[in-house]
Amino acid sequence: MTHAEHAPDHYYVPTQSHWPIIATISLFTLMLGGATLLNGGSSTLLLTGFALILITMFGWFGTVVRESEKGLYSDQMDRSFRWGMGWFIFSEVMFFAAFFGALFYARTYSVPWLGGETSHGVLTHGLLWSGYEAAWPTNGPSDIGGFFAPMHPWGLPAINTLILLSSGATLTWAHWGLIEQNRPQLLKGLAATVALGVLFLSLQAYEYAHAYHALHLTLGSGIYGSTFFMLTGFHGLHVTIGAIILAVMLFRSLAGHFTPQRHFAFEAAAWYWHFVDVVWLGLFIFVYWL
Amino acid sequence: MSTASHTTDHGHDHDHDHGPARGLSRWILTTNHKDIGTLYLLFSLAMFFVGGAMALVIRAELFEPGLQVVDPHFFNQMTTLHALVMIFGAVMPAFVGLANWLIPMMVGAPDMALPRMNNWSFWIMPFAFTLLLSTLFMPGGGPAGGWTLYPPLVLQTGSAFPFVILAVHMMGASSIMGAINIIATILNLRAPGMTLMKMPLFVWTWLITAFLLIAVMPVLAGTVTMLLTDKFFGTSFFNAAGGGDPVMFQHIFWFFGHPEVYIMILPAFGVISQIIPTFARKPLFGYASMVYATASIAFLSFIVWAHHMFTVGMPLAGELFFMYATMLIAVPTGVKVFNWVSTMWRGAMTFETPMLFAIAFVILFTIGGFSGLMLAIAPADFQYHDTYFVVAHFHYVLVPGAVFSIMAAAYYWLPKWTGHMYNEKLGKLHFWLSVIGVNVLFFPQHFLGLAGMPRRIPDYALQFTEFNMVSTVGAFLFGFSQLFFLYNVIQTIRGGAKATDQVWEGAEGLEWTLSSPPPYHTFTTAPEIK
Ligand code: HEM
Ligand SMILES: [Cu+2]
Repeated sequence: MTHAEHAPDHYYVPTQSHWPIIATISLFTLMLGGATLLNGGSSTLLLTGFALILITMFGWFGTVVRESEKGLYSDQMDRSFRWGMGWFIFSEVMFFAAFFGALFYARTYSVPWLGGETSHGVLTHGLLWSGYEAAWPTNGPSDIGGFFAPMHPWGLPAINTLILLSSGATLTWAHWGLIEQNRPQLLKGLAATVALGVLFLSLQAYEYAHAYHALHLTLGSGIYGSTFFMLTGFHGLHVTIGAIILAVMLFRSLAGHFTPQRHFAFEAAAWYWHFVDVVWLGLFIFVYWL
Repeated sequence: MSTASHTTDHGHDHDHDHGPARGLSRWILTTNHKDIGTLYLLFSLAMFFVGGAMALVIRAELFEPGLQVVDPHFFNQMTTLHALVMIFGAVMPAFVGLANWLIPMMVGAPDMALPRMNNWSFWIMPFAFTLLLSTLFMPGGGPAGGWTLYPPLVLQTGSAFPFVILAVHMMGASSIMGAINIIATILNLRAPGMTLMKMPLFVWTWLITAFLLIAVMPVLAGTVTMLLTDKFFGTSFFNAAGGGDPVMFQHIFWFFGHPEVYIMILPAFGVISQIIPTFARKPLFGYASMVYATASIAFLSFIVWAHHMFTVGMPLAGELFFMYATMLIAVPTGVKVFNWVSTMWRGAMTFETPMLFAIAFVILFTIGGFSGLMLAIAPADFQYHDTYFVVAHFHYVLVPGAVFSIMAAAYYWLPKWTGHMYNEKLGKLHFWLSVIGVNVLFFPQHFLGLAGMPRRIPDYALQFTEFNMVSTVGAFLFGFSQLFFLYNVIQTIRGGAKATDQVWEGAEGLEWTLSSPPPYHTFTTAPEIK
């Protein structure tokens, strides 16, 4: 798809753009606003930053989409995007790894030690919390956040697992549709995937409400509440982002973008969605089940 | 190509006609790897002086026992911010700047793989540091709990706290995007024929560094997020009463922190491996073993983190594992030092400024490596931990290590970048003052540490006075000598003897085949690689 003006032996370099500096300013506003709000200030700046970020995303991605549709991008550029997306997902994996690490560390070391296991816990346990018996789930020897009940894996979480796994399947089905130029299959598959994503998020919202009200399980419920909500919360955020990206792919497919040979945006969205899927499996096993 | 705004569009016959845009917008909007490299390097230079000023406040206070220059809380802000500014503001951006300038030229690429993201990566940095440094003027002052941000102490920070955390997030985002760009460039934009094992070592070390960055910066982001939620949203990650553990922070932090120190030294290894062969006029000894040694160091850097925590309380098996794993790092590091020395062996050596800095690097970095080895011995570290011995160790690897390599790189490639030769006499003067200053500054700190002087303390017992005085004298000598560097760089940018394309008689590599300065857009078609 090299553009006619491009001799194939010429490198393609994208043109200058205003979007990066706008992105910087948006990010700065967002961060400044976040810090101000946390210090007890107003939320104006944060909301402004948020709006700016949205504008940036529309503008920047919009530009890229237009350039791509014009066929400006060489195969090499396409490969750069692939490497970029792949390594970005790897960085996200490592972000989740930090939180999984916290969960494993708490469960294998800090909680048993607080309960007096091995020489490590002896002093803390004996001097501070001799009545504490280590168990999981726990909100710690001081019962931080008060009594709570843990989330049961075989209700909603299991259903959510099925939902996400099927959404992975519908997405692959959509991809086949794209490759075989079966437009209805592409559109139906994408729409189903987005719908499953939204269903997942609604059920999770319901689950959170249930946790807060019925189980008295909150972000403040000691280490169990912390790891539970931070892990599932960041995952939920990623599902939201992924669903939005897929919705954009749906609109682009409706607009007739993508060819069986060139549709990296679609593939990137799919990679991201599968990554979110895999993280969920880890969550289901280690946060809900075991 | 249809829109009118194609400033970097290249037609067929006038590939090199398009110069940069004029005025400030050139720098704000640029997607050119050379411009962005320059921005990174200038930013780093500015931060080097900001962080340096903080260091001089610290050393002035420590000239004598007692409290005379600043109050202890401000002293603690200085130690904290000095480290954050030097690590994230001076050393890391300097290497990213070098990567931007050099990697595309070294592998025969037209630019970085993702040029717009490149602009974003850079411009985040000044804004992040605005956020960070603004905390100095807030109620309660800047962060004062040390750059390692250990809870529960760091949770007592005043209004500065969320600013520091979010600034760290911004720096992290910038680093990750910078690293993604570098990896994509190296893996995807090499000219045909530039196989992996033909790449210059600087490119290799950066490839591995970029991998480390992408692997550990998100972990830092994760753990500072936990700090944030512990402080503001009632989580208990680092609160034992809720079943968490402050020590858990240390584990996650150092899982980032140890690879981070290699992020600051691997590109330095790359620079030194470029410079020594040039001035020894011999190819690098053991190229392949250099590559494998770099990869092994990177691998090992993931499994040694708890050597920063020997005294914090770990099962015996943990102490032993981390002790031996840490010692293992000395093996690939030794391979590197051996190879540099062997490259020089029987070479036709000359001693221009870059070479002087490179040789000082080899010797002084090795001293830092040896003190690291001493610290790696867990029972000995029980004695040395949190003393000036540790301060001496990491400053030997970071200042005559990482920073000297950056100086060496600046002198080595400045003629290529600007088209002018720098003032060699002034360069040599800068080198000798720096190398004397740095040793007077840091060598006595070994003795202070072995004698038991704790780090991060504004006052000390009388018996430590003499060595502290010597150290402070060295600090001011070293600090002010850097003004010669600043002057020399400015003069070289503004004018000077014309540099030839090859610049150095023994220099080899694609970048030396280009004119000095190279055209704004370097390779619009792929160069031939022999
Ligand atoms: C042979 C290689 C090395 C070994 C065996 C080693 C070992 C160690 C050990 C055991 C400590 C912990 C000391 C303590 O806190 O009690 C330490 C601290 C440190 N090392 Fe190294 N090190 C090596 C190389 C390096 C390099 C190449 C760098 C950076 C370029 C570096 C930077 C640091 C820093 C910054 C600290 C202190 C962090 C802090 O507590 O603030 N080290 N090293
Ligand atoms: Cu370390």
